[in-house]
Amino acid sequence: MNFYPIFWKDLLLIRKKPWRFLASSMVMPLLYLVTFGWGLGRGMNVNGGTYLEFVLPGILALSAMNNSFGPVSTSLNISKLYTKTIEEVLVSPVGPWSIALGRALTGLVRGLFSALMLLLVGAASGVHLNLSPFFFVVLALTAFCFASMGVAAAMIAHSHEDMANFNSFFIIPMSFLAGTFFSPDKLPQPLESLILVYPLTHSSLLLREMAAGREPTLGSTIILFAYTVMFFYLAGRLVKRTV
Amino acid sequence: MIETINLSRNFGSLAAVKSVNFAVNKGEVFGLLGPNGAGKTTTIRMLTTLLSPTSGTATVSGHNVAGDPLSVKKAIGVVPQMLNLDIDLTAAENLEYHGRLHRMKPADRTARTEELLHFVGLWDRRDTHVEHLSGGMRRRLLIARGLMHRPAVVFMDEPTVGLDPQARRMIWGLIETLKRSGITILLTTHYIEEADVLCDRVAIMRAGSIIAMDTPQALKAGVGRVVLECLGRHDIPRQFFQTREEALDAGRSVGCDLVVRDSTLEDVFIQLTGERIDA
Ligand SMILES: Nc1ncnc2c1ncn2[C@@H]1O[C@H](COP(=O)(O)OP(=O)(O)OP(=O)(O)O)[C@@H](O)[C@H]1O
Ligand SMILES: [Mg+2]
Repeated sequence: MNFYPIFWKDLLLIRKKPWRFLASSMVMPLLYLVTFGWGLGRGMNVNGGTYLEFVLPGILALSAMNNSFGPVSTSLNISKLYTKTIEEVLVSPVGPWSIALGRALTGLVRGLFSALMLLLVGAASGVHLNLSPFFFVVLALTAFCFASMGVAAAMIAHSHEDMANFNSFFIIPMSFLAGTFFSPDKLPQPLESLILVYPLTHSSLLLREMAAGREPTLGSTIILFAYTVMFFYLAGRLVKRTV
Repeated sequence: MIETINLSRNFGSLAAVKSVNFAVNKGEVFGLLGPNGAGKTTTIRMLTTLLSPTSGTATVSGHNVAGDPLSVKKAIGVVPQMLNLDIDLTAAENLEYHGRLHRMKPADRTARTEELLHFVGLWDRRDTHVEHLSGGMRRRLLIARGLMHRPAVVFMDEPTVGLDPQARRMIWGLIETLKRSGITILLTTHYIEEADVLCDRVAIMRAGSIIAMDTPQALKAGVGRVVLECLGRHDIPRQFFQTREEALDAGRSVGCDLVVRDSTLEDVFIQLTGERIDA
């Protein structure tokens, strides 16, 4: 495995523009937090706590997803279709699995970082969540899962439009529906089951359970893990196809 | 060091490269010369493992490009036609990244970066982001990057495309220095003079096929070393001779203003195809 150079370059780019990195990873989650937590949710009670306490784990999952999937798929897509910088890697002795892993690790760092920043903001505004080591494992798994999905999506996309369509038809609906802002059991039955297909739903559910001090369900843990393995496998296979 | 056997590549119904055969020896500078769309880049992309052949085989440094791409990648340096440096990184960082991709040791990376940036005249610009380098500087950096891990075989696709004559000559100088170091180079170009000056042997490509292959001298001798043309009279075909004397003799019987000059690879191309390379 020779994944480190790919990871190294992405970290170098982040180090060069730390403010841009910080801003780009914080804007969306902060907007959600303000809108749904402080704006809409003030005075609202869900499951015996404030809405902010309820919604924060969902926004954490969302943030881990957006900041891994987005930057990973966009930069890989640009590198493949426009700048052709990927060809520099493809003519070097770096295997497809290393390329996928290097990219996915970058997504892991980005996703995890934005979630941690958001946790700090939450803590500063007085939201109390129960944090256990497994809480962070789920965050990391979420980021890695969607980073891998980002690699796969970028390898499939033949144009910028393909990528935009994937976002509009898959990522955005999932952002809103996957138990991020409300519990899926509030929805009528067929829809509820449908939403349980989304990997993000299981991240939200797990994080919310743990934040409230409950044990994480085994089912969701297994499903999230399985999705992560599947997407990473898919990412590696798709990179391999182009090498 | 490089050998192709009936190497072919189709894109849909278009045959971009048609059954190409050539062999490049160690230490040789071999040129693929041909007009736009001749299939030069497609050939290089197959040899550098970026594209799989539709049929035929190729080996580089003894490794099959389709069967053992990883060994091929270790042996080759690639200078692509399209500038694909990381524009957000500095000149030195681009080389460092490449060194890392090739698992070079840190001390070696640093030393080699310094050596190559001096070689291509960019040491003063080592900390400049590629975004702020000129076109000629980027081409030179691209060459340095291709050489970073000391490959035995280097592929250069149109290394001087779009450069002014001075920048082009600077790159020719670099390639000549490399040639003396014993490295094997396959380069493509549609500049006649470039092929003539730099290459030990040239394959002339047109519409996916190699239509002639030899040393520039032999190719020119094949049509005639000396050309006789009439100034301003395109209706009178140019004539080829092996010596100036013969050309001058023949010129006496033609009633026009004469030009007698050495033939070029352009003349070879025109004789073979009836078309110009650099239209
Ligand atoms: N990915 C591709 N898909 C479809 N057609 C392609 C592709 N790449 C090249 N071609 C076609 O194959 C032919 C050969 O192209 P190639 O790039 O190899 O030419 P070239 O000799 O390098 O030309 P140039 O001097 O313009 O660089 C052209 O007709 C081109 O349009
Ligand atoms: Mg080309």
